[in-house]
Amino acid sequence: MNSSENPNPEPVSQESPGITIRLDSFEGPLDLLLHLIKREEIDIRNIPIARITEQYLEYIELMKDLNINVAGEWLVMAATLIYIKSRMLLPPDPVVAEDEVREDPRTELVYQLLEHQKFKNAAQMLHVREEVENAVWNSPPGEVIEEGKDLVSVTLFDVLKAFHEVVRRFEAQQSMALEQEEVTIEQKVADIRHLLMVHDTIHFSTLFTRLPSKVHIIVTFLALLELVRLHEIWLYQKKVFDEIYITKGKSFAEAT
Amino acid sequence: MEPFELRPILEAIIYVAEEPVKPEKLQELLPEFSVDQIEAALAEMAEEFNSRPGGMMIRNVAGGYRMTTRPEHHEYIRAYLKSRPSAKLSLAALETLAVIAYRQPVTLAEILAIRGKKSTSALQTLLEKKLVSIVGRKPVVGRPILYGTSKEFLLHFGLKDLSELPTLEEFAQMAGDQL
Repeated sequence: MNSSENPNPEPVSQESPGITIRLDSFEGPLDLLLHLIKREEIDIRNIPIARITEQYLEYIELMKDLNINVAGEWLVMAATLIYIKSRMLLPPDPVVAEDEVREDPRTELVYQLLEHQKFKNAAQMLHVREEVENAVWNSPPGEVIEEGKDLVSVTLFDVLKAFHEVVRRFEAQQSMALEQEEVTIEQKVADIRHLLMVHDTIHFSTLFTRLPSKVHIIVTFLALLELVRLHEIWLYQKKVFDEIYITKGKSFAEAT
Repeated sequence: MEPFELRPILEAIIYVAEEPVKPEKLQELLPEFSVDQIEAALAEMAEEFNSRPGGMMIRNVAGGYRMTTRPEHHEYIRAYLKSRPSAKLSLAALETLAVIAYRQPVTLAEILAIRGKKSTSALQTLLEKKLVSIVGRKPVVGRPILYGTSKEFLLHFGLKDLSELPTLEEFAQMAGDQL
């Protein structure tokens, strides 16, 4: 594993006293504790609870000073640390027989920290795998027409007819005259590209539903023709006179 | 047809396929062979293909075979395609995903216990990206939702199946050495 590929690189630690702020590294209280333990080169099986608690609380104070919303889990951990610290200070229970092993109040916390570090390592492994997968391409899918689907390429006449239908339906609606906003073919081209990035196919008629004005309809239609001309989209029917579908063509440009 | 004659056919199908090709699917096209024979032919073909120092490789991912470019040439391919690397998962999302992958089926509360912090938004991202799916409900009070990894997870991380993930013990050992 390449350590330079760490998704959340630990900034070069300035070994100056006090607290270095590295908010992005500390997603949660366990991350902060792990950081403190590593920085202080502490043996996890023998954590100096008083020292760590002090540093942890200092950090929380700093978060408050910086107006960072200190989420509940940070306070729960603070309470846990203080509880462990107080139990460490108590003298051994005289009732408990001497040969019986006294349970270390830190055991649970150590387990939690190790468990957390374990999954952090697993996350790191996933990150490396993701990097590799991002550097790999599959053969690009061609324009495949599945057998049995009997698709029909759409003629200009079909498209005009469908367009006429859209305009007719629009005019049949009682519509209010509103101030019209400018709309350009470029905008509509971008809109259609965006739609096709999300959907594999779009129905011709849905593209025109809920458009506010006839100008929008016409501009959308022109944008569609422009995209066909550029081979960015492809129009087809499952059978003649059926609904027209829009899908990505061979020169489809992903909208940015 | 002899089994060795299968190889070029399999290679050609894998080339045109969009999804990883499963032996069961190939067996439908080649009824004279058993799934085991096809599986063996696939493995041999992939090994032979990959032994050649070419720009392509055949990999076993998500239960099927797929042809991809080799990762070492990514800079040239990216320059040619003028493509940018796709957005990577955040650390929070990766950690949450790691917990789900190793502890599945798992509830949100169990994820919280391991990560020590709320993971709702990370989980949301994973669900949106379809890397994780709802696999059922835990038969306890409140019947909390159980989450597991999806096929998309295997594809995203180039895994044949979940058993290909390193064991958690390896990471535990690593954690012991780090702390």
